[in-house]
Amino acid sequence: MTTATPDTPSQSPAPPRKKRRRIGPMERREARLAYSLLMPTFAIVLGIVLFPLIANFWISAKPVRLGDLRPPRIIASERLRGDLAKAGDEARIEYRVRNSSQTRDISNVTLSDTLPVGLSLTKPDSHCRVTGRKIMCELGDWEGGSRERFSIGVKAEQAYIDKPVKPRDSEPVLTGKANNILTNFEFTFDNFIGVFNSREFWSVFWVTIAYTVFGTGGALILGLFAALLLNKKFPGRSILRGLFLFPYVAPVIAVAFTWLILLDPFSGTFNAVLQKMNIANEGINFFGSRSVPLTFFGITFEFPLALATVIAFEAWRYFPLSFLFILARMQSISSDMYEAAEVDGATPLQQFWHISMPQLIGILSTLFLLRFIWTFNKFDDIFLLTGGAAGTRTLTVDVYEQGFALSNLGAGAAVAVVIFLMLLIFAVVYFRFVHREDS
Amino acid sequence: MRIGTGFLLAILSGLLWGIIAIAIAGISLTLISGLPSAPVLSAGAIAGAVSAAIIMLRVPKLRTNGLYLAAFMGAIIAMLAISFAAPFTEPFATAPIGQAIAIAIIAGAVTLANRACLNDIESGILKRYTLDVVIVRVLRGFGFVFFTVIVVLPFYVMVMTSLKSQQSLFQNPLDLSVDLKQGTGSLFNSYVELFTKFHFGRFLLISTIVSVSTVLITLAFSIPGAYAVARLRFPGQNVLSKSVLLIYLVPMIVLVIPLYSVFSQLGLRNSIIGLLIVYPATTVPVALYMLQGYFRGLPVELEEAGLMDGLGRLGVIWKITLPLALPALASVSLYVFMIAWNEFLFAFMFLDDPKIFTLSRGVVSLNSSEVPRQHLMAGAVVATIPILVIFLWFERFLVQGLTSGSVKG
Repeated sequence: MTTATPDTPSQSPAPPRKKRRRIGPMERREARLAYSLLMPTFAIVLGIVLFPLIANFWISAKPVRLGDLRPPRIIASERLRGDLAKAGDEARIEYRVRNSSQTRDISNVTLSDTLPVGLSLTKPDSHCRVTGRKIMCELGDWEGGSRERFSIGVKAEQAYIDKPVKPRDSEPVLTGKANNILTNFEFTFDNFIGVFNSREFWSVFWVTIAYTVFGTGGALILGLFAALLLNKKFPGRSILRGLFLFPYVAPVIAVAFTWLILLDPFSGTFNAVLQKMNIANEGINFFGSRSVPLTFFGITFEFPLALATVIAFEAWRYFPLSFLFILARMQSISSDMYEAAEVDGATPLQQFWHISMPQLIGILSTLFLLRFIWTFNKFDDIFLLTGGAAGTRTLTVDVYEQGFALSNLGAGAAVAVVIFLMLLIFAVVYFRFVHREDS
Repeated sequence: MRIGTGFLLAILSGLLWGIIAIAIAGISLTLISGLPSAPVLSAGAIAGAVSAAIIMLRVPKLRTNGLYLAAFMGAIIAMLAISFAAPFTEPFATAPIGQAIAIAIIAGAVTLANRACLNDIESGILKRYTLDVVIVRVLRGFGFVFFTVIVVLPFYVMVMTSLKSQQSLFQNPLDLSVDLKQGTGSLFNSYVELFTKFHFGRFLLISTIVSVSTVLITLAFSIPGAYAVARLRFPGQNVLSKSVLLIYLVPMIVLVIPLYSVFSQLGLRNSIIGLLIVYPATTVPVALYMLQGYFRGLPVELEEAGLMDGLGRLGVIWKITLPLALPALASVSLYVFMIAWNEFLFAFMFLDDPKIFTLSRGVVSLNSSEVPRQHLMAGAVVATIPILVIFLWFERFLVQGLTSGSVKG
């Protein structure tokens, strides 16, 4: 995200630049202190935000599935075959070795183990070398799913009979090089091809746009209306202001599940009220209906009910934020203008249109752009309300759907890349228009 | 009385208030008493119009309390006449007291609303200015009712549902009344079960630990950074103070897959430590941005005096800047606490082990067909109450935090 740079030349005046050229020891020390104070912030942002952003591009170009996160391992179990009752008895130590992954290979597998005290080797396996009590076996490359057993012959000595040690007490140590799909250099475009070719993609795309535009617009309009209500002083205003912020302050899980229960088609209070007042004949499945036919002045069209409901939720949950900002801006408009307008006979609605609105347009457009980006990024709300069913799947929900529900991490990352690229465009727009206005 | 736009507007206002009043009163009556009643909207509308018409009979100067009493009585009579004495489609014999109170409340509310909107309005032709004034008054009144209902209703349903049983909810979804006679033990049954069988005590503790730790880590990281950006001069300062908020435009969902992959391989995924790495990363940039704005506003002279007197930079931050910036620290802390407490995405993706669930994750685990609904709502209440109490207690600080924390959501 280096979009900040085009702005800086116009904003940083000349003097600091001169200073940089002949930087003294004092300044240098100050800069060093500043960097060291900023170090922790840099580190955590680099590690948890910027690195994953780049890693996401990497993953999106890889055929990686959820199961691949558990690396393949070589597993061995060891047991003693035969009876070692007295000195001179012979037995075998048997190793059963297998590749834990069904599909992926492990190369250069080695097995090392310690021979129990009091046992001597009679028949070594061809793969193994024994030095002292150390057994070292080179087992070569293992294909996915392969399993094998091999054994070494041992003879008991008196020391063992006196004090038997189970061979299993020393765990065999296995090493091998598995091909980690996340770190190798195998790339593919399948994820992107799959994403763009799927029939859903464009519908998901348009649902995202509709959700973002109407959700943002709805929250702004509600916020503007609420701010107009509370602009004048009256008793109980601060109580109402606190109340209006509830939807935003409460945890998303709480309010999302409440809406689900309130709007439930069978036992939801809202549906029961609609039926009681003869507005609806039967329970309406607000979150489960992709589209319902609506007749308006004789024209029937399909209304995307579930999408409209999640948009309503979005507007309801985030109007408090727009409300706070718009209210703060309104309070800072000087009352002189209204008094002058009043003298000139401007009506309240005229005052709103011709005095308030021009003053508010700046904060409204800033809010619109920022809220637009955050609504676009929003995942929790739709995920909790519908899980992306019934025509409400947005790009962010699609990331989860591809990556985790369908276990295709690569495809999920590819969708995330699409999101990120669209955001870059928004960010450029943001800096072109909004930042300029602010400063 | 002259009949003009004033009278017409009064009638319209009366109709609107009548519909709103009877709808709200009817639904409240149902939700509180459990009566399966359906308000007759037309009765309310006519009652409101009659009340408005009676008020308009006199010129504004002569509108006495007697006139308003007449309007009140007129509204009651009209309501009963239109609905054949059953404004809630229930015979008057069922719950007569409740119905009588509801009718009186409707008539009173309508009359008061009409009075507030129309008190100084003539019935004849109005000037454009006065017309606008009436429209704005009606809209404002409607707005107050609308916003109060949309905010209060969900929270009311949340609390009431948590106190009821699944069967009674299915039998009559409109009945949100609570039988107080059953005793507190069975009334709060779902809460008791949450804390005994579903380990909500532990979730509450973990959420608290995670949120408080996130606040502390965030402050520890952002205070030095914010001070550097606000007070020290270094190459890149300008770019940094402007671009730090860009981090906020990064969608969390884009970070989920890489972080999930890496944390899985490092064994950090299903752990509180993992959350405590991710949460501060998302809050540090905004905390830094908020604090540096505040630090800039503090007088430099005090810090310079401290430097003169032999304090080091860190001493200045600790002994001078921080005590002065306490209000800002409170705002930032509350804001970060709220983000961490309400966080859902990473808690959901990272935590599989019920032993270390946060509240958000715990409530999601209640969302299954095997767990009764009232438990889910009780969980929602448990998750909501702490944050709302904190919010109401420290509202001033949190509102400040919200506004200076830009518009993160």
